[in-house]
Amino acid sequence: MSIEADPVTAQDASGPVSPWIAVCQLQDLVPERGAAALVRGEQVALFRLVDDTVRAVQHQDPFTGAHVLARGIVGTRGTTPTVASPLHKQVFDLRTGGCLDPADGPTLRTWDVRVEEGVVLVSAAPESGGPS
Amino acid sequence: MSEHPTQAESTTTTPDDARRHLVVVGGGMVAQRLVEALRDRDGAGTWRISVFAEEPRPPYDRVALTSYFSGRDAEDLALGDPALWEDPLVTLHRGVAVTGLDREARTVTTSTGRAGADRTIPYDELVLATGSGAFVPPIPGTDLPGVFVYRTVDDVAALRGWVEEQGRRWNRPVRGAVIGGGLLGLEAAGAMQALGAQSTVVQFGTHLMSAQVDLGGGEALRRLINQLGVAVRVSTATTRLRPNRRGTVGGLEFADGGRLDVDVVVVATGITPRDELARTSGLAVGARGGVVVDESCRTADPHVWAVGEVACIGGSCIGLVAPGYAMAEVVADRLLGGQAVFPGADTATKLKLAGVDVASFGDAFAQTPGALELVHSDPVAGVYTKLVLSDDARTLLGGVLVGDASAYATLRPMLGRELSGDPSAYLLPEGVSGLSRGDGDLPDDATVCSCNNVSAGTVRGAVTEHGCTDVASAKVCTRAGTSCGSCLPLVKKLVGAELAKAGLDVSTALCEHFALSRRQLFDAVRITGLRTFSDVLGRHGHDQAPVGSRGCDICKPVVASILSSLDDGHVLDGERATLQDTNDHVMANLQKDGTYSVVPRMPGGEVTPEGLIAVGQVAKDFDLYTKITGGQRVDMFGARLEQLPLIWRRLVDAGFESGHAYGKSLRTVKSCVGSTWCRFGVQDSTSLAVALELRYRGLRAPHKFKLGVSGCARECAEARAKDVGIIATDQGWNVYVGGNGGFTPRHAQLLAEDLDTETLVRTVDRFLMYYIRTGDRLQRTAPWIEEVEGGLGGVREVIMEDSLGIAAELDAAMAAHVDRYEDEWRATLDDPEKLQRFASFVNAPTEPDPSLAYVTERGQRRPATAEERAAGLAVASSPTPADEPMLVAGPTLEVRA
Ligand SMILES: Cc1cc2nc3c(=O)[nH]c(=O)nc-3n(C[C@H](O)[C@H](O)[C@H](O)COP(=O)(O)OP(=O)(O)OC[C@H]3O[C@@H](n4cnc5c(N)ncnc54)[C@H](O)[C@@H]3O)c2cc1C
Repeated sequence: MSIEADPVTAQDASGPVSPWIAVCQLQDLVPERGAAALVRGEQVALFRLVDDTVRAVQHQDPFTGAHVLARGIVGTRGTTPTVASPLHKQVFDLRTGGCLDPADGPTLRTWDVRVEEGVVLVSAAPESGGPS
Repeated sequence: MSEHPTQAESTTTTPDDARRHLVVVGGGMVAQRLVEALRDRDGAGTWRISVFAEEPRPPYDRVALTSYFSGRDAEDLALGDPALWEDPLVTLHRGVAVTGLDREARTVTTSTGRAGADRTIPYDELVLATGSGAFVPPIPGTDLPGVFVYRTVDDVAALRGWVEEQGRRWNRPVRGAVIGGGLLGLEAAGAMQALGAQSTVVQFGTHLMSAQVDLGGGEALRRLINQLGVAVRVSTATTRLRPNRRGTVGGLEFADGGRLDVDVVVVATGITPRDELARTSGLAVGARGGVVVDESCRTADPHVWAVGEVACIGGSCIGLVAPGYAMAEVVADRLLGGQAVFPGADTATKLKLAGVDVASFGDAFAQTPGALELVHSDPVAGVYTKLVLSDDARTLLGGVLVGDASAYATLRPMLGRELSGDPSAYLLPEGVSGLSRGDGDLPDDATVCSCNNVSAGTVRGAVTEHGCTDVASAKVCTRAGTSCGSCLPLVKKLVGAELAKAGLDVSTALCEHFALSRRQLFDAVRITGLRTFSDVLGRHGHDQAPVGSRGCDICKPVVASILSSLDDGHVLDGERATLQDTNDHVMANLQKDGTYSVVPRMPGGEVTPEGLIAVGQVAKDFDLYTKITGGQRVDMFGARLEQLPLIWRRLVDAGFESGHAYGKSLRTVKSCVGSTWCRFGVQDSTSLAVALELRYRGLRAPHKFKLGVSGCARECAEARAKDVGIIATDQGWNVYVGGNGGFTPRHAQLLAEDLDTETLVRTVDRFLMYYIRTGDRLQRTAPWIEEVEGGLGGVREVIMEDSLGIAAELDAAMAAHVDRYEDEWRATLDDPEKLQRFASFVNAPTEPDPSLAYVTERGQRRPATAEERAAGLAVASSPTPADEPMLVAGPTLEVRA
């Protein structure tokens, strides 16, 4: 496994692209509170849940365009982990990026995350979701 | 209309010259309803309407006139939607009386009141809505200065001015008398009491309110009135009003030889219809006055109608507003070609005098042949209740309720119907008899709100068909309870029953994680003493919630607020930090582009020149947009997350502390400059405002709250628009509660008068703590007062008379808050761990958000619009000044090149 720490300026790094980017230590993340990270120039919102899994979705709020989602309140709907936009309170599924409230709202892009030896690794490219 | 040609065309389909002209004489309550009803239904705009109103103001709520003394002012009495008077098809001529009527020519003549010439105005149809005037009996001396009637805003304003002037003149309480012991007289006596005058009611008849209640009820009523401190003389004829040496009214003389010294007199002996125009133009008038009309409210002249108190319908005039409204609806319908007829009058009445519950309805005197009377009288409790029933004791014919009118709202709609259940259930105070009142069985066609003629079915329909889920929305939807409000308890029951039936959630559950309301949760947490969200969720959370439930954006901030009200720990301590909205989390206000605004506290709006310079320098160095807030301080916009600690380091060093502009907590105590500088000020409002702001700073509540302190009655601090407003008087401070601006503006209502500073502070302490304990999530003080037990009166009892025995607890809770206060920002700057949350990116903590973009407007920056970005007009956010210290630590992962 190769770990490449990702400085802000690395987005146009040439050469072979590593599929995983080390972003921070798990302990840098507060349980149930988001944190923003720059991943290859993209603003990603990371969320550490109570069971220490980490989820990553786009930091940009699709309703307003502002980069704020990491600052929303983390919670659950049923058993689904969620974040509510701090601007107008729309609720998103942290696992799929889907918008739960309103149900027909736009879907967030998500990134795969792994935690290895206390280091949080985010996949270099977004995994899914609609256009930002 | 010529001024608004485009508007007129866009709203209607009738060309201007084809419109007919309706002239309404009188601008009172019924005229207002007529115009509203006609404009509502005349979508095609076939009528243009001219209203001539002798009074200098738009129609107002005369029924609520007495509230003018309890802190409401003339504007609060406004009726209906003011936009009605801006309708291009409606012209209101204020201060213009109609002086002549030529039925042949179909014209009216008006006087402008000023020197201007009289005008003649043609009409197609004419409606007389001139109401009544006060009836003054021919007793010598009623023309003396200091003698008033009680009918218009001008009357009550003059009365108030006189009483206040007398109060300043004499070194003793002002002595007042009211001649007339009916509904009006009792209201006037209550008003005099409210102004601080003593009052005596002088009644010619054998008992009070003799038109509505029987002798037994009148006796019970007299005892209640006495308890308010108002003296009563019955069976007393006044023969003369005597002047004092100054030529103003000084005494009353009675037929029995008795005398009474007075400084002010209100004559409330009845009303006479204003039927002058009918008389001079040869229209028939009733035996006791009033314009004679048929059941369609039309006079013998097919083009002249009469509505409201001036109309003599079925042989008499009716001095109540609800029948007048019904007449207005009839005429509106007829003018549009309908066939409506007057349905007959509901003459039920309820006295609106705080502390005295009286109602009378239907055949109160049991005049129906064979009628049975069912009476309950309890002189000790001051209660007298009587039901009048048909000879089989089943059908309700009428009733009198004195001392406890709680059954009124339920009984009145049952008039003429069979009572379900045992009638005695309605005689005893609710809950005492053990018998059920069967409120739920009200038939759909029973009238619930007679002011606005709303049936039980319509109220139910508001829930079942229009999706209303609370009383407030049902009120808006049906207009029930929007006039006198006496039916609101019933509306509440009907709405509640319907919601329950529909299986709709009437529950006050916070969210899927808590089945409790904020208030219940507050009490639960206070008792169990739990102090973390996980514990609170585990113990008090919804038992149906699935394993792994972790709260949400609704319950988490509520729990955070409750915990901080209970022990004032730092908002960013431990797990508690994660519960907060971003505003509370980073102690700043999130703006639309993701940056924040920063507001340092300036208690009472006071700031030194040095302070202003320091704030200005910070704004300049960080390129922040600055604006003065309505709360008398400075707001700085455009601060990025990672800049907040740097900005606050500078502000704290300059002596500032958090302004809590972000919290559901005290915002500001707005003040005027007060007696220290102002030549009108009677108290030092600024010092009080500063003291209060320092006392309540940081106090967390169900919603944000604001205070205001004005140094005199000119009210420059707009204190009555605040949750707690304090206005200086010669003797101390008046305190008002429940005001707010915003979406639903509310004027604060008087809670207590002439308090000394210490009592004032204790009163405000308790008011705020009681609100914090019992308010619902995001409920401001105004709706809280409406919903808390007993309304404003209940609040007064709890905090001024300690009716719940919790005053000491409330005082202790506030003392603890004052004790434990610390500046959240100072504490944060001293704590490296807390500072970590201000990192813009966990892997690049001081890197600005690269998406921010601004343009310059009027010398300051603002967020660029999408168009401006696309057009390349925007610039990136300004860099943080280079010489600022590093407060947020760098990334924990070393960056490998
Ligand atoms: C203190 C008080 C308390 C009351 N409480 C209750 C209550 O609890 N319940 C209840 O049902 N009713 C109550 N009433 C009665 C209620 O206010 C009246 O029934 C209602 O206002 C009648 O409406 P109206 O439009 O017919 O007359 P008004 O409201 O009196 O309006 C008539 C208007 O016409 C104007 N006018 C008269 N002649 C002319 C002219 N020639 N040209 C131009 N303008 C003219 C008058 O100045 C007046 O403004 C109360 C009244 C008072 C004074």
